[in-house]
This record gives sequence, structure tokens and C-alpha cells, in this order.
Amino acid sequence: MDRILKSRNVMGWAQASPLALILFGFLVLPILTITVVSFWRATEFSIIPAFSLENYAFLFGSDVTYRVFFATFKYAAITWALTLGIGFTVAFYLAFHIRSQTMQIALFLLCTIPFWTSNIIRMISWIPFLGRNGIANQTLISWGVIDEPLEWLLYSDFSVILAFVHLYTLFMVVPIFNTMMRIDRSLLEAARDAGASGFQTLVHVIFPLTKPGIMIGTIFVVTLVMGDFITVRFMSGSQKANVGRLISNDIALLQYPSAAATSVVLLCTVLLTIAILLRFVDIRKEL
Amino acid sequence: MSKIRYSRRSILKSGGAAVAASALPAPMIWAQEIKDITLRQFGTGVSNLNEVGQKVKEELGFTLEMTALDSDSVTQRAATQPGSFDIADIEYWICKKVWPTGNLQAMDVSKIKNYDKIVGIFKDGKLTPESVVAQGTAPHTVGFVESEGSTSFASEETNWMTLIPTIYNADTLGIRPDLIKRPISNWSELLNPEFKGKASILDISSIGIMDMAMVCESMGEIAYGDKGNMTRNEIDQTFAIFTEAKRAGQFRAFWKTFDESVNLMASGEVVIQSMWSPAITAVKSRGIPCVYQPLEEGYRSWGGGIGLSKALTGMELDAAYEYINWYLDGWVGGFLMRQGYYSAVPETSKNYMSANEWGYWFEGKEAVEPIANPFGDVMAQPGEVRDGGSFYERMGEVACWNAVMDENQYMVRKWNEFIAA
Repeated sequence: MDRILKSRNVMGWAQASPLALILFGFLVLPILTITVVSFWRATEFSIIPAFSLENYAFLFGSDVTYRVFFATFKYAAITWALTLGIGFTVAFYLAFHIRSQTMQIALFLLCTIPFWTSNIIRMISWIPFLGRNGIANQTLISWGVIDEPLEWLLYSDFSVILAFVHLYTLFMVVPIFNTMMRIDRSLLEAARDAGASGFQTLVHVIFPLTKPGIMIGTIFVVTLVMGDFITVRFMSGSQKANVGRLISNDIALLQYPSAAATSVVLLCTVLLTIAILLRFVDIRKEL
Repeated sequence: MSKIRYSRRSILKSGGAAVAASALPAPMIWAQEIKDITLRQFGTGVSNLNEVGQKVKEELGFTLEMTALDSDSVTQRAATQPGSFDIADIEYWICKKVWPTGNLQAMDVSKIKNYDKIVGIFKDGKLTPESVVAQGTAPHTVGFVESEGSTSFASEETNWMTLIPTIYNADTLGIRPDLIKRPISNWSELLNPEFKGKASILDISSIGIMDMAMVCESMGEIAYGDKGNMTRNEIDQTFAIFTEAKRAGQFRAFWKTFDESVNLMASGEVVIQSMWSPAITAVKSRGIPCVYQPLEEGYRSWGGGIGLSKALTGMELDAAYEYINWYLDGWVGGFLMRQGYYSAVPETSKNYMSANEWGYWFEGKEAVEPIANPFGDVMAQPGEVRDGGSFYERMGEVACWNAVMDENQYMVRKWNEFIAA
């Protein structure tokens, strides 16, 4: 008994098993179930456990599916570019321009304050602001910038992406800030001594060393945007759709197998996207 | 705690009931035991009101537990979880889907006291002898079955009713007259390019499809054989027209909940949209002009009723019948009519409304005093008339009922495509 316990193998398995069991029960099993159900057929009240490719045939046979997947990638790409731009700038300022650590922590906490409320509230509060008779339009009209209210401010791709950027920029700031703080300051001094300009230091020293942080932020933002449905529903007034909306509609209309099929396709797409992203940066090596 | 509080009252009550039981020959449930009965009712939000539950406790003595869900969940639950409810408060189109599962039991008409006073819409389908029956799932077509255990609907009145009608109304488009500034008299106006980016439709498939059909028919684009039971081809054509309009930017937004429809209208984002009667009053109560516009093609109507679970027997079943008889006795009817709905037995509801309220809500007369709903909000000022007029003018102009089609599954998938298009 004693020997068995002391064996490295057994101890290793024992230590890994709680997490493995949890992941199996709450991650692997549900995904397997969803995959199985996606091949079933359904009527309005019953789900028929018979193997059928009907759901996939309908999904791939409709041009709406392709449009929706395209829209999903479009939202992900634009949101990613904007959150990266803003996130990198904010993190850079916090990490290199603020000298006192107290101040850094204080300003960092300031960034997180909006996250103390629910993200639905943060999202919905844009609606009266951007509306046809909202604050933004009224202000612009009173300044004489525009004569007619801008229609595209609300219930458009613009408002959807605005909300995404607002909701998810912090997910970019945090990992980038974290990696920047761990950059050895003497490297910056060395670059300076070797005659690099501020911009050259940024591009050739800071940026490459921040890549793991950027990649972690990217994974957060891309997966959050690709899996979202509620932001798109509220901010576009149901006029735009992404894959998440497709799934939530199916569920509302009791089409579970069809929703499962769409989920499986989405899951594969997201996994592929992340696999491609990870080809660029080895997160584990550079952390 | 509650036992102590109620003890004196329940003694009085059972005493009273005993006297009543000996005085009246009618079957009366032993009042001491009725306290312990709990009936579980579930349904859509419109009539699942806590006030009704409280009143039942006061007047009938037993407990009514209420659960409000959206129409899709209601349908699913009635069809798949028969053990989870005693009373289902559902719409007639839901009944069409659910009845064949055998989860509900037919009700003996002879036990319904006010049966003779129920309006014709729910019996032979005719409001007045001259009325023409509208398309769609008209309540009387799914209102009766041949025999107690039958799972198919009867074509005429029988002794077995599927649902006891409780609440119904005629729906149409809501408009902002101050922003439109001209008369609106057809459903086709919803897709009029004049309102580009200022129109909306509701994102609930079984109701939205009927609004769409009213619009396409009014435009003269599609001549439906039966709007309430479209062919695949008709469904495709309908969605083609609406998808084109959507891509051209006709709609500002779609709405799914009552509050969303109110906000869209009140903020001026939308000036014409499918709407429900109480949403109009909610906009008006903010001081914003809003009209429930009667249209030439008529109304899209809906009706709800209560059905009994198959599992209900013995004393619980008797209690359910008492509840139904009480429901039709007028208090609930008055409560609902003062919110703008109609009661299945209007004449009993009249006893629970003032002459002013009855005149405004039912007869289409000018209000002589301010009209308030049961929650105290003022709905209309003296001199105002209800949009669309009297009960007979409104319910007499029904063009179609909310419906379940044979091609429902197909329609639902196309609906999902339309929303994502």
C-alpha cells in the first residue's frame, strides 16, 4: 500500500484526477451530448433519437448561414483590432509612463470600475444615448454639426461593435499590462543606449515581448465576441445576427437539435481560429 | 404562524360554509378541507395575475399558485410535463398543438353555470348571427371534442369543452399620430418606404407571421388560400417580401417583450409597429400620443382559456370547476376588461364595472369621467373614445386568429432565417 502511494505515477494521477473529473463531467460530457443531439431529429415536442444529417443539411444548405458566419467573423475582427489598439495604448501608458506603483494600481482599478455593474446594463445604457432622439444626436444637432439625426448610431453594426469594444477592452488591457510589467527595464535602457528612438524601442523591443499578453487578450476577445448573442440582439434591435443569435433563436423556438448542430459548427470554427492564432505565438514558452 | 392568524377566520368560514351547504342543494365541497387544496396554474403573463390568486383565496378558500411563462415555454410544458400543472391558462392556438397529446381533460359543459352567456365566438364562431368566421385557428374550431376522452376536435358545439374561454382581444398596428401626421388605414403601411427605418414587427413566430400575412395581403402581393394555414409556397413568398424589406432597412428593430415595444414607440425610434393593446396604454400614460389604429382589412385576434390537466380528479377537480364558475362570474372579467381585454361573459363583468367604464371599454362611448385601470393608472380622460370603438365594432372586424399551421415546423425555420437574414 505504502509503495503504491509513493509511486510517482499514482500520486500524479491522484493529483490530476479532481480537475480531470470536473472537466470530464462539466465540459467533455456536455459537448459530447450536444454533438450527439445535433444528429437527432425533432418535432415540436419530441426529440427523436435517430441518426440524421437533416440539421447539418439545412444549416449548410442555407445562404443565411454563410452570411451569419461572415458577420460573426467581421464582428470578431473589427472588435479585435479596436480593442487591441485601445488596450495596448492604455497598458503602455500605465506600464511605462506612470512611474509610481501606487498610481499604477489606482489607475488600473479605475479601469475596472465600469465592470462593477452588469454588462447588460452597460450595454443597454447606450440605447438612450445613441437613439434617434438621444443625447448624442441632440448634442450634435445643437452644435450645428448635423441637421438630421444620424440613423446609423443605433441598431446598426456601429452600435454592436461599439458595445463590444466597450465591454471587452479590459480583457485586452489586463494581460497586456501584465506582460509589460514583466519586461526588464534594463532592456529599454539598452535599446536607448544603442541609439534606438522611442518608436523603434516600441516596435522592436516592447511589442515582441508583449506578444504573449496580446495573444491571451486576443483569445479572450475573439471567443467572447464569437460566442455572444445578447449584445447583438439588443444593440442591433434584432436587425443583425451572428451565430450566437442563430442558436438562441433555435432554442426559443424549441429546435434543440438544430441549435446543437449550429453549436457544434461554431465550436469547431472557434477552436480552429484559436489553433491558428496559437501558431503565431507559443504562449507557454513565452509566459 | 399562519395557522394562528387564520384560525378564527377559518372557523367562521367553515361555519358559514356548513350553513350554506345545508341550505343549498348544490354540491358543495367541505370547506375545512378545501383550505388544503392547492391548484397549480401556469400560463402566459396576460391573465396570470396575482390579484386573481388573492381573490380566489378570499372567496373560494383554496390556494391558486401561478406561474407565468412565455408562449413557447407554455406550449412545451403543457405538451411534455403533464404532471407539473393542474390548470393550464393557454391560448387557443397552443391548445391546437397540445390537445392531441392527451394531457388535458375535456370539461363537462353542464357543470358550467354561465355557459349560455359565453359569447358566440367561442361556441359556433359567430359573434352575431350574420358574422363571417375569420381565418386561422378560430377558438370554436378547437373549443370542443366529441366525447370525454377524445383527442380530436369536434366540428360543432358538444357537451365537452377543451378550454373555458377567459380573455381575448383584437390586435392591430400601433402608430404615433404626431410623427406620421396623416391618416393610416391599411396594414400595407407597415412596409411603406415612407416609414423606412421607423417600422417594427414582433419577433414571436406564430403571431408575427399573421401580421406579415395581413400586410402582404393588403399590399396585394399575395392572395392566400387561408392565412391561418399557409402552403410552403405562400410561406416562402411572405418571407421573401419581408426579407427584402428588412435588407432595405425598413425596420428599425424587432421586439420580443412588451417593454421593448413600449420603449421603441415612446422614444420615437419607431412610428408604426405591431403592438398589443396594453402597450398602447403604457405609451399613452407617459403623455405620448399613440393610437391603436383600426385598419380596413380588420384585426388579428387572439383568445385564451383555461384547460384542466388530465391528472386532476376528485376534490381537486371539483375545486377546479368552482374556480371556472367563479372566473366566469364577473369579478375577473371586470378586472380584465378594465385593462382593455374582453371577457368571455361580458354581461356578468358589467356588474363589476361602473357605467362609465362599461361605456368606454365595451360600448365605445365617450368617457364621462377619467378612466383608470385596476392598478390606478389613468388610461383616458373625459371625452376620449376607445380606439376602434365598441366591442361589436372591434371583434366584428376580426380578419384572422393567431394560428398553428400544418407547415408550422417549416414556418419556424423560415422565421429563424428571416430574423438572421
